[in-house]
Amino acid sequence: MHKKKYTLLTDIRRNKVAYAMLIPAALYTIIFGYCTIPYMVIAFQKFSYKKGIFGSDWVGLSNFRFFFGSQDAGRIIANTLKLNLLFIFFTIVAAVALAIMINEIRNRHFKKVAQSTYLLPYFLSWVIVNYILYGIIGSKYGLLNRVIEFFGGTAINFYNAPQYWTIILVVAKVWKDLGMNTVIYLATLVGFDDELYDAAAVSGATRWQMCWKITLPMLMPTVIMLGIMSIGKIFYGDFGMIYALVGDNGVLYNATDVIDTYVFRLLRTTGNPSQAMAVSLFQAVMGFICVWGTNYIAKKKFEEGALF
Amino acid sequence: MGVAAKKITVGKVLIYFFTTMAAAFCLLPLLLMVIVSFTSEQAIVHNGYSFFPAELSLDAYKTLFENGAEVARCYINSVGVTAVGTILAVMVTSMASYSLVTPTVRYRNGIAMFFFITMVFNGGMVPWYMICNKVGLTESYLALLIPNLIFSPFNLFLVRNYMREIPISLMESAKLDGANDGQIAFRIYFPLCKPILATVGLFYGIAYWNDWWNSIMLVSNSKMYTIQYYLMKLKSDLNFMRNLQGGGIGGGFPPSESLQMATAVVTIGPLILLYPFLQKYIVKGLVIGGVKG
Repeated sequence: MHKKKYTLLTDIRRNKVAYAMLIPAALYTIIFGYCTIPYMVIAFQKFSYKKGIFGSDWVGLSNFRFFFGSQDAGRIIANTLKLNLLFIFFTIVAAVALAIMINEIRNRHFKKVAQSTYLLPYFLSWVIVNYILYGIIGSKYGLLNRVIEFFGGTAINFYNAPQYWTIILVVAKVWKDLGMNTVIYLATLVGFDDELYDAAAVSGATRWQMCWKITLPMLMPTVIMLGIMSIGKIFYGDFGMIYALVGDNGVLYNATDVIDTYVFRLLRTTGNPSQAMAVSLFQAVMGFICVWGTNYIAKKKFEEGALF
Repeated sequence: MGVAAKKITVGKVLIYFFTTMAAAFCLLPLLLMVIVSFTSEQAIVHNGYSFFPAELSLDAYKTLFENGAEVARCYINSVGVTAVGTILAVMVTSMASYSLVTPTVRYRNGIAMFFFITMVFNGGMVPWYMICNKVGLTESYLALLIPNLIFSPFNLFLVRNYMREIPISLMESAKLDGANDGQIAFRIYFPLCKPILATVGLFYGIAYWNDWWNSIMLVSNSKMYTIQYYLMKLKSDLNFMRNLQGGGIGGGFPPSESLQMATAVVTIGPLILLYPFLQKYIVKGLVIGGVKG
């Protein structure tokens, strides 16, 4: 009698209920995850909805050639990378600084109220943020323009002036994400050993020295890990943010258009799924390389830092 | 800390100054929105948006509650989709998590990988859109419920990591007593996982409440608009009208500035009401799940 090989089917037979409970999540992952992968071939086709992915004409690399030959390519890739790097840098710097300062405060009430306040914007949708932003930079009634006029300047029509939008987007991003990042760093700080600080105090260190010599170095692993994770996603623009804040305002595209908003337009406005897919495929490949690369670095630097 | 801590130093003053400034930076823009919603339309037209309006008024809210049938419908859509979606999403996630910690499921790590892969590599929005069309998830409430929102591998791993901490002997002894995996999951594991289920429930709930992506991509029937999409469309329609008419708005009665803000304020209402929970469980969940997720 030979022993039967233990296969996936054996596993399913022995754990029917457990596998049954996997079905909804697995179905979702197959349909919206794995089934998207074969569709990538339409990047090499002149896709028509009538003929489908099996019937459409093949056009080789012409969709890619078209994209990389246009001036859009450089602009949207540069915008995506530039905005993401700025987002990562400023969010980390602001959140680390804030976490260290909050950590120094002994007044529990103040600490709690402050943290609650920082976290509030995180839960708002970008659509709401757009209303708030309009209240601040709107040309007609916006607060900022009234302040400018009060000091004798001329009102600026921000929705017509792309040169301001890099900084506007960075401020909006920091505003929304500052709280969450601060909370993450504070959670890391709470775990630190008080004895270290006591020992430092005994040997005459000032709070300032402790910040630089104890707190900051201990925060660094978390900072680097979060930074690396964000860099892994650097080819993905924040569509939800940019589309909600900028919408179809073409005047601002020079500063705000990222890969994701561009793909969205190709798909929905221009109605060219093949070109949209070509850009999207480029993004997916670059994105995968970045995730894989940053994960490799994370694995080398800290054992528990890797995702997979 | 003793005497040293009580002393007022320059450093301390600076710390309180900067942390308070940061709090103001986070809070004031929101406050502006709320104040504008209570400002009379004349005051806005004359002086623009202001923290100290010349004239306060409840007009915007009155109009909203009296003539806001459209807003109300969108609001109800959002509430319904969020409630149903969150419950389903938590179910889907917690059931899958249980299977991933069951030791007799020998392929559990492979299955976890199966879920993880699509997180880092997938076809993006173009195929996603085509698939939604193909499987008929358009122009219906299901289109608002299922795509994108009902399951997130990130939340799956959050729950799985929490379940791993539950002693496995609990599962084993229940099995000896004749319970099957379904009973163990629903009667023992899920009740023990309440804190993390609350966390992922809030994550899902916020995602549903704040979503407009499914609306913009899959739904064109205005009866099914969610409140977020309504607000988004309102803004872009107004901009469109403004551009068309070179500044002035003519024809029809576009909602006043304060009415727009009032609608936005009403939209964040549930978030503010839930805020104590949001904060508690999200922070807890982050600590439990680790930043790694």
